Amino acid sequence: MPATPDSAQRSATISVLVENEAGVLARVVGLFSGRGYNIESLTVAAVEDGRNRSRINIVTSGTAMVIEQIKAQLDRLVPVHRVADLTQQGPHLAREMALIKVVGRGNDRAEALRLADAFRARVVDATVESFVFEMTGSSDKLDAFVELMRPLGLAEISRTGVAALARGTRTI
Amino acid sequence: MSEPAPAAPSVTEALQPGAEVLLRALKDQGVDVIFGYPGGAVLPIYDAIFRQNAIRHILVRHEQAAVHAAEGYARSTGRVGVVLVTSGPGATNAVTGLVDALMDSIPIVCLTGQVPTHLIGNDAFQEADTTGITRPATKHNYLVKRPQDVARTVHEAFYVARSGRPGPVLIDLPKDILIGPAPYAPPAETPHRSYRPQREPDPAAIARAVALLKSARRPIVYAGGGVINAGPEAGAALAEFVRRAGIPITNTLMGLGSFPASDPLFLGMLGMHGTVEANLAMHGCDVMLAVGARFDDRVTGRLDAFSPGSHKIHIDIDPSSINKNVPVELAIVADAGQALAALNAAWRADATKQDRAALAAWWERIEAWRATKCLAYSQARGAGALIKPQYAIERLRDLSAASGRECFFTTEVGQHQMWAAQFLHFDRPNHWMTSGGLGTMGYGLPAAMGVQIAHPDALVIDVAGEASILMNIQELGTLAQYHLPVKVFILNNEYMGMVRQWQELLHGGRYAESYSAALPDFTKLAESFHGTGMRVTDVERLDEAIGAMIASDKPFILDVAVDPAENCFPMIPSGAAHNQMILGPGRQEAAPGVSDEGLALV
Ligand SMILES: Cc1ncc(C[n+]2csc(CCOP(=O)(O)OP(=O)(O)O)c2C)c(N)n1
Ligand SMILES: [Mg+2]
Repeated sequence: MPATPDSAQRSATISVLVENEAGVLARVVGLFSGRGYNIESLTVAAVEDGRNRSRINIVTSGTAMVIEQIKAQLDRLVPVHRVADLTQQGPHLAREMALIKVVGRGNDRAEALRLADAFRARVVDATVESFVFEMTGSSDKLDAFVELMRPLGLAEISRTGVAALARGTRTI
Repeated sequence: MSEPAPAAPSVTEALQPGAEVLLRALKDQGVDVIFGYPGGAVLPIYDAIFRQNAIRHILVRHEQAAVHAAEGYARSTGRVGVVLVTSGPGATNAVTGLVDALMDSIPIVCLTGQVPTHLIGNDAFQEADTTGITRPATKHNYLVKRPQDVARTVHEAFYVARSGRPGPVLIDLPKDILIGPAPYAPPAETPHRSYRPQREPDPAAIARAVALLKSARRPIVYAGGGVINAGPEAGAALAEFVRRAGIPITNTLMGLGSFPASDPLFLGMLGMHGTVEANLAMHGCDVMLAVGARFDDRVTGRLDAFSPGSHKIHIDIDPSSINKNVPVELAIVADAGQALAALNAAWRADATKQDRAALAAWWERIEAWRATKCLAYSQARGAGALIKPQYAIERLRDLSAASGRECFFTTEVGQHQMWAAQFLHFDRPNHWMTSGGLGTMGYGLPAAMGVQIAHPDALVIDVAGEASILMNIQELGTLAQYHLPVKVFILNNEYMGMVRQWQELLHGGRYAESYSAALPDFTKLAESFHGTGMRVTDVERLDEAIGAMIASDKPFILDVAVDPAENCFPMIPSGAAHNQMILGPGRQEAAPGVSDEGLALV
């Protein structure tokens, strides 16, 4: 059968190993905005000390055809070494960290602390009226915690975006 | 910039100014000509150019033209074209040319001046964020911030420009780097650290392609500019394949010349202004082999109606071109020449027979489509008869061929470009340069200039419209300075004809702003730039005028007054399917069933 386009959307966590040179992040971001692709999360930091490489992790979504396009477009950028679709390749870990500030007194405050404990969020700053929780986990888990904090005095959130690796021995 | 490769400027070797190192690197890359325009930030480079003879500099009259000239040079020679412009306005003026080269995959290295490193970011005089502005306008770009990176960056830029899918690469050079001492480094012998496009095809994919093509009952080859970029061997391998298999072939606008137009297997150009036979064969085929073509919207028309029911094989060096617009079942990521050579070898080695009877029936159908003679027009004769633009192009084609000289054609953008594509008939690659992807009015004259620089003895003709030619008309000055006998053949319909055509067909004949009012006297214009000009209005004097143009050893503008009402057909209105072509007035009946789904789909 001739191929037919599939209109179902999927989410993809893509890791990109790049040469750590000026403008490389702008190229990646410009590619997404210029071609109208989604960025749900993007993280970048130098990895592989001494080899001058950075890893960019991107969470995006689109039809299978669009996701393939995104990978092909990333791969042809000159400073890109490798592109891996972690979602497609199999089991992988995707974690992010968040700092969450909750302001309140009385019962709400006690309840926030109790829930934080249940979610294994750490208190990294406290005043008589506020907490800052640090929490690491999947984006879903962070979302759930944030929702619980909302009625309890949620004041501010700072999230890192997703860092991701394949499970097992496989590397990018 | 990243750390320098541990390249070895020998200790004994003296450091030279960055600009000298730059020129030395260009020489090592085999550069013989630069198209450029000076300014404060690049004066050190001009100083270095002044003190040597190996590299020639052609002074254009506008930086956009420098890029188009380099494109003409590159496309007609298969080499990398080189551009040199100053910072700020010099760089921004070059942007249109860069995007043009990006869209049409033309290898260019563009050197831009930049304010000194310590002033970058300070809104200094003639500062522009050139790498920022040109990031989406180039295949890659660099800002050189350290003297030791000058030579290495130049070598890398040439590698990136010509490798894989070719394209424009820009190097931004701050003035202090050009003046200060820098070490030289020869081209690296190690492979590039990250950019290594795949060139060899996967043999299993080639085997599958052979199987699909041998079992095809209604096959077609759809070949684009990638075949031309892959060099003359790719064209030869394509012809070998198509002729051995005996199957029809169509070309994109950019692919014209990759297969001889005079061969009966050739169906002409496809797409919006393609032939009936090419478009209907694409629509009705059962196996399509796409080579170095990118399923552009001007080619596919309405995507969901594009060649329904065919198995598609796509050979391309750029994986992002595959499955971008049209899903294919067989992707072959490779250099077009290598893939076609492998296809030929695998085809010969495979004993399976083609279905010759089915193929004969397919050809019968194609011949019926061809018999509609979709490009026919009627040229009235006698004094006072208006010249039809198609007729003018046909006379230009025949008389230039009769001159026995090597002929190169460039175009501007509009109806004249489409008529040139339909009627000029190219039998060889690299002799046709047109702005396909970007559709840049003003491309043709500077591109012709670049071609003439590379081929001083050839007949180089820009087929132009009276509106487009004014977009880079200043280049007549460059032609005069360097005695470049480029010919400008204007199909003067006194309209932005392509705009007028859309307004006639799609906007109720409301001709908003598409009339070319206050045109110059093109004859006097040519003369004022030290060339020759001539105007022809009478069909009976057309040959004589073309003869005079061809015989002239000077830049020459031939202003041909053509029928202002003529439209370019066939036409697939945007958003329509291949089997919904419009033919010329009174011709729709001449092609019974052309717009009939049934006939096309069988
Ligand atoms: C730089 C640029 N501006 C606008 C257009 C849109 N455009 C496409 S064709 C055309 C008219 C061209 O007129 P002319 O050069 O006389 O050619 P004709 O169609 O009459 O043969 C215009 C304005 C373009 N392609 N390029
Ligand atoms: Mg016109």
